[in-house]
Amino acid sequence: MKRKLVMIGNGMAGVSFVEQLLKLNPHRYEVTIIGAEPHPNYNRIMLSSVLAGDASMQDIILNDWDWYRDNDITLHYGQAAERIDAVNQLVTTDKGIEVKYDELVLATGSLPFMLPLPGADKEGVIAFRDIKDCETMIDASKNYRKAVVIGGGLLGLEAARGLVNLKMDVSVVHIFDCLMERQLDPTASKLLQGELESQGMNFLLEKQSDSIIGKKRVAGLKFKDGTHVDADLIVMAVGIKPNVQLAKDCGIEVNRGIVVNDYLQTNIPNIYAVGECAEHRGIAYGLVAPLYEQGAILAKKLAGVESEGYQGSVVSTKLKVSGVNVFSAGRFTDEPGTQALRIQDGLDGVYKKVVFEKGKVVGAVLFGDTSDSSRLFSLIRSGEDFSGREKEVLFGPSGGGGKPASTTDLVMAMSGDEIVCGCNGVTKDTITEAIMEKGCVSIAEIKACTKASGGCGGCKPLVEAILTTTLGADNVAAVKEGICGCTAMSRDEVVDAITRMRLTTTKEVMHVLEWNNPEGCSKCRPALNYYLGMAFPEEHEDELESRFVNERNHANIQKDGTFSVVPRIYGGVTTPEDLKKIAVVAEKYHVPLVKITGGQRIDLLGVKKEDLPGMWKDLDMPSGYAYGKALRTVKTCVGSTFCRFGTQDSIKMGIDLEKKFERLNTPHKVKLAVSGCPRNCAEATIKDLGVVAIDGGWELYIAGNGGTRVRAADLLVKVKTEEEVLDWTGAYLQYYRETANFGERTSEWAQRIGLDTIKQALESKEDRDGYNSRIDKTLDLMKDPWQQIIENDELSRAFDALIAPADPQAASSGRE
Amino acid sequence: MNEVIVGHISEFPERRGRVFRYGELELALFKLSDGEVKAVENSCPHKQGKLSEGIVCDHHVYCPLHDWKIDLQDGIVQAPDDGCVATYPVHVDAGGNVVLQINTAHSKVS
Repeated sequence: MKRKLVMIGNGMAGVSFVEQLLKLNPHRYEVTIIGAEPHPNYNRIMLSSVLAGDASMQDIILNDWDWYRDNDITLHYGQAAERIDAVNQLVTTDKGIEVKYDELVLATGSLPFMLPLPGADKEGVIAFRDIKDCETMIDASKNYRKAVVIGGGLLGLEAARGLVNLKMDVSVVHIFDCLMERQLDPTASKLLQGELESQGMNFLLEKQSDSIIGKKRVAGLKFKDGTHVDADLIVMAVGIKPNVQLAKDCGIEVNRGIVVNDYLQTNIPNIYAVGECAEHRGIAYGLVAPLYEQGAILAKKLAGVESEGYQGSVVSTKLKVSGVNVFSAGRFTDEPGTQALRIQDGLDGVYKKVVFEKGKVVGAVLFGDTSDSSRLFSLIRSGEDFSGREKEVLFGPSGGGGKPASTTDLVMAMSGDEIVCGCNGVTKDTITEAIMEKGCVSIAEIKACTKASGGCGGCKPLVEAILTTTLGADNVAAVKEGICGCTAMSRDEVVDAITRMRLTTTKEVMHVLEWNNPEGCSKCRPALNYYLGMAFPEEHEDELESRFVNERNHANIQKDGTFSVVPRIYGGVTTPEDLKKIAVVAEKYHVPLVKITGGQRIDLLGVKKEDLPGMWKDLDMPSGYAYGKALRTVKTCVGSTFCRFGTQDSIKMGIDLEKKFERLNTPHKVKLAVSGCPRNCAEATIKDLGVVAIDGGWELYIAGNGGTRVRAADLLVKVKTEEEVLDWTGAYLQYYRETANFGERTSEWAQRIGLDTIKQALESKEDRDGYNSRIDKTLDLMKDPWQQIIENDELSRAFDALIAPADPQAASSGRE
Repeated sequence: MNEVIVGHISEFPERRGRVFRYGELELALFKLSDGEVKAVENSCPHKQGKLSEGIVCDHHVYCPLHDWKIDLQDGIVQAPDDGCVATYPVHVDAGGNVVLQINTAHSKVS
């Protein structure tokens, strides 16, 4: 009969342990898990991403409900274990369920530490620990503006970042004079503070909280020095404490955490503790990597596999706060007997510090550039002696500027059961096995196969190094990730080869650049077709067979295989004649749905493919390109034509822009808008390019987005005349066309290459003229596609289906 | 089994699907770059996407709706997805006619 294994706690450390146990010995136990939260196991580390809007709740689930079912695990969720009866080996929950156990694992995690301030029970005072806290913060951001985070540590800054992204005014209160003082030295801490301040966070350092003021809901926070700050929401993120109450009640030895030995055993037989609730050799860990290491040891113990036990972990912190990379590990403060090597580059905002003791690396801090983090962390763990050549650690063997010892060597030194991906608990062995036995040859494949690098992505360099080491240096090039699975070449390499060798067809590109698949795939073919057209607008003949369905048919495919038709309505301005024409066409072709689009046009949905050319002919209007990676709409407000606030003729500006740039192919869709005054009714600041009229001129905003990830546009330039608006817009669009990856919106592109790079590229009139002459050449070649198709029988025939000929034999034998 | 002339090879642009309706049956036909013509049921097993609108690479077609990759030779969906679509034998005769072999019981021609 199977032994009964019961685990209290349904979090990352505990469930990872169960996963490892099932791998080692799937049939030994009947597993029951008791979890207080009403969710399956999720990635608590990613809660800040949920707050930041980068991930949904669904995205951070690590083991969904099916996983429990598929592995025959009984899950009692939404209820807390209330009592352990160690004599009769029985656990009772607060809903009255009793579960017998042969082995019991406590994975109760930790509780947020709430400061016992007067007023801490008011509405709007919360911790930052679980999904519910996230939901509270998201709700609060809808109705309130001022948020205060108490605690300038890792957790506090992540909460603050999320709240800033939720558009709240955020102040971070910290008792010390340096942020993240446990992970950073003062220099890095001040650099971080400066960066976060520039992103809109406010800091109140060396402040001791005294009491929380307000009536029913919090109104502010008072400090011991008599000052105070207004607050509609207070998030306490001052730390966590191991959740030990249950263990304590049943007589298990508890110190700060539940005391365990090297095999995670408590002092009571058959009861173990793992994760944040456990204290091993005096340390209760709060980061995920050590907890997974503990889980692995416990899994071996309970699966009956020998191991040398848990020896404690060297911890490292690697995080990204609002785009700033920060890393620290080991003993990084200047202690007696240690020496430090420091580099500070104020130009690029990079700071590196490596601490040595007797020639060995014992700690490191990196700010701005954390590419050395995996290597340094391995050096700390390996204890390699660098006596007399300490500088090689940062500068390489040449002592200055050369390449440092490669990550590859250090990957070799890693033990197989060492965890590489902290988010998903993937060991080096698992990754090596995926490469050797399952044939993974890229990071993407390893991710799909093992989940490594699928969480925060911080371990990517390490995974890459393992891949390189395992497959050998000769295969490195083949392993490099290209624009798709057919090649290892990057976008820039491909475009460079196209221009350099004057390649003009996708077939030629794939042949010359030695594609793995002779005819490419659905990802690279449209991309190559675009790059070719961009590089050689005159020579390249557009390849319909390399176009995505919508661009090939000049209509948008719908889920049932029908299409939609959106005629061009310049600047959203139409006439009674055009409206009548659209109405007549809609009736003639029995269009099931007529809808006004978000871009001020009319969408005719549910059209059969065969009807498209006929409709276009009857409409006799230009294509709106609502289906393409191309210029879509130019949304306008009424402007000075009628509006009493309008400062400029936004309608005319919008129509001029649309007439000039219509039919332009771009790496991804491009939406424009023109507003006639700063009230911005055309929502120009969430467009790829938005123009806002001001008294006596125009402001040009770029790289905004109102889609999946809302991004407010950045001001590019202020100009005086309409000609200048066209000049800057043309140069900007062409620069985007020439430098963006296919399928990359301006918002992603601008964040990748940097706003300053764009500004610099467009700064001089001479450069802008260059871009404009190239975009004009492209625009001159473009013709209206609907017109072209209806004028060309061969093109329009492609829209018809083939029908079975009236074959008497087929007809008679087919009749049933 | 019945032989039906679907059309002339000149009506098939390379690597661009054409729809053929036969009673209630709807097929997608493709002329590959080696000149061969393939016919499959015009419905992706995933969400019934029109395969005739997909991008063709060698002897595979990618469904336009969610990019499932289907082998036109045997109709089998490629990993990581799985499933299959019905395939129909096709040949091009000496006169350039594209001839489809089809079991007429499939179709309800009236």
